[in-house]
Amino acid sequence: MKNGSPNIIELRQITKTYENGYTAVENFNLEVKRGEFVTFLGPSGCGKTTTLRMIAGFELPTSGMILLNGENITKLPPNKRPINTVFQRYALFPHLNIFDNIAFGLKLKKLPKDEIVKKVKHVLEIVDLEGFERRKVGTLSGGQQQRIAIARALVNEPEILLLDEPLGALDLKMRKEMQLELKNMHEQLGITFIYVTHDQEEALTMSDKIVVMSNGQIQQMGEPEDIYNEPKNAFVADFIGESNIFNGIMTGKLKARFCGGEFECVDDVPEGTLIDAVVRPEDVIITSPEKGTIRGTVTSVIFKGVHYEIAVASGKNEMVIQSTKAAKVGEEVGMCVEPDGIHIMLAEDTINRFEAEVTKEYRLVFNETEIACDLTMVVPGASFSADGELLDTHGDVMDPDALKIVISVKPEDISMSDDKNQGMISGHIINLIYKGDHYSYVVRTDLEHDFIVDDEYLWNMDDYVSLIIPEEKMKFSLKK
Amino acid sequence: MCKSIFSRKQLGIPYILFLFLFVIAPLFVIVFFAFTNGEGQFTMKNLTGFFTDSNTLGTLAYSFGIAIVTTCVCLLLAYPVAYILARSHMKMKSVVIMIFVMPMWINFTLRITALKEILTVIEGNLAFYPFMNTVIGMTYDFLPFMILPIYTTLMKLDNSLLEAANDLGASGRQTFFHVTLPLSMPGVVSGISMVFLPAMTNYVVLDMLYNSTYIMGSLIGSYFSAYNWNGGSMIALILLLIICIFTLATNRVADEDAGNRGGALL
Repeated sequence: MKNGSPNIIELRQITKTYENGYTAVENFNLEVKRGEFVTFLGPSGCGKTTTLRMIAGFELPTSGMILLNGENITKLPPNKRPINTVFQRYALFPHLNIFDNIAFGLKLKKLPKDEIVKKVKHVLEIVDLEGFERRKVGTLSGGQQQRIAIARALVNEPEILLLDEPLGALDLKMRKEMQLELKNMHEQLGITFIYVTHDQEEALTMSDKIVVMSNGQIQQMGEPEDIYNEPKNAFVADFIGESNIFNGIMTGKLKARFCGGEFECVDDVPEGTLIDAVVRPEDVIITSPEKGTIRGTVTSVIFKGVHYEIAVASGKNEMVIQSTKAAKVGEEVGMCVEPDGIHIMLAEDTINRFEAEVTKEYRLVFNETEIACDLTMVVPGASFSADGELLDTHGDVMDPDALKIVISVKPEDISMSDDKNQGMISGHIINLIYKGDHYSYVVRTDLEHDFIVDDEYLWNMDDYVSLIIPEEKMKFSLKK
Repeated sequence: MCKSIFSRKQLGIPYILFLFLFVIAPLFVIVFFAFTNGEGQFTMKNLTGFFTDSNTLGTLAYSFGIAIVTTCVCLLLAYPVAYILARSHMKMKSVVIMIFVMPMWINFTLRITALKEILTVIEGNLAFYPFMNTVIGMTYDFLPFMILPIYTTLMKLDNSLLEAANDLGASGRQTFFHVTLPLSMPGVVSGISMVFLPAMTNYVVLDMLYNSTYIMGSLIGSYFSAYNWNGGSMIALILLLIICIFTLATNRVADEDAGNRGGALL
């Protein structure tokens, strides 16, 4: 411990951009305390393995700094770092037996022979494979190979053990066993573990701290309970555990409207704020249609062992519910949620986004209204052929059905009219708030899409209005 | 599924016929000639003759010499090339490999003739360095057979093994000697057997480069052209045994290296 800081490793503004311009990790900041079990969790391609490889030294960050015990190790090669890795596919040396595999690092350090023998024997005890010294790698099962890989890393007494999806290749039962064993090992050895996985359950089971990543950025960092109960955004809520996420709006103090009903909640968010509401399937209570906050029709019931997974359609929304009581498909039910079962997240921003279709003639159409839009400006590298077909960068004809264009419009650019035929789309005003100099309305269209409209004139709740969206105010982007 | 009009056994008949006519029968003929004299009577004279004749033993030694030196030169040239090609990420990789392999597509005698002209220009008279010229000729001829198997094993080498070695404290050099080299042995062994065996017998290279010394191949040829079928057969039989022993030995080395990791072609 060269400095007083409790952090064993710090990543400061780490960015990794590959030669082909792809940014795998962007502005990544992390502090890991000595002895912590930290998990990088995210879908494949989120940059979690790249981050781990930069800590190990296999890859150099494009910018940023990695500090180990306060010392800059950003450019130190892997063999000079007191860090060892357990690889996803074990990476045991096939030409060496188990003893030589584990002793590989010790022999390089030129330790005396009897000490090597003693240490190898000790780590084999830790991973519960005593007496395997003379076995060949090929004669071991996947689980045993994984234990040897862990032993081979541990025998060097690293300050940090990196584990890159180490249980990914094992079957479910084996994986559960190893999860517990790894956790026990971590507690007994007191070594800092940095673990990479895409399995949210694994992360929740084992970690002291979870770093949820997506698109090379940290989405949320915190203890497993916090991440599960208080997800910061829709991505985290969706990725960690099963959840129902609804667009909604705050309609009063501790009152939120989503999924066609008004619910009481415990998050104090100002009235009129657009929100994403998260409801865990296990928090939804099924009652009789009259007693429920909202009602719907059961569309499917699946027996999952401990509980039933019931899907209920309520208007255009679907609610997934876990219940120990079965329901019948087609049955009309009511649903309610206790206030603390609802987690309110701020919606990303207040820009209206909606999707438009592309016709066979490559014209943009939304709700039967044609919108003037130069597709070559929206689709990167595209151009029109002499026959009027849209070609991509390779000169291949693009399928109009596969093109989805997202139109974004600011709330203040939309105006309302009571003439049904004047606007592009019509709907009912479901909420209005006075915001000092204007009213902010939420208009729910017949297509169950909520538009936010800022208007200086007063309309009434439940008015049926037509929305006028000027074409010159629209911004177009390609849906990925 | 349609039922074939031939059974599986019937389909094998042409091959059995082929094996019998062109492999088993000639082998018996060679064994018969090797242990008989001109009158067809049993004799061990051909065998004892081989090991007492200083000429034939000298040829055997010379053949081994050519083969060993050629194999070593090929190995020393091929390994770095294969290693660099396998490790590099350059876009032109396949083109470079093709350039190394391309001579194999050109007629063998044509290549050696071209080489002869080049060597004559450099050396003035080919008769000055017959051994070296033969080694150059054979290396030129057999190098692709050494590069390809080594390249293949190195390509299949799991990069995470090298990272693991590096992670466990090995420097680049240590990683090469402790991991890369041992794991590429099957390719090396297979390359050696593909170069060593033909180098022992291929006398066309010697002939064309005016090396008048006999090697095993040309020795057998000289016996046959002098109508000494019995002596020639005995030498052929002994050569066959040597090759058998060599192949078994190299296969064992390859097997010990957990064999089925690829690259071993024999």
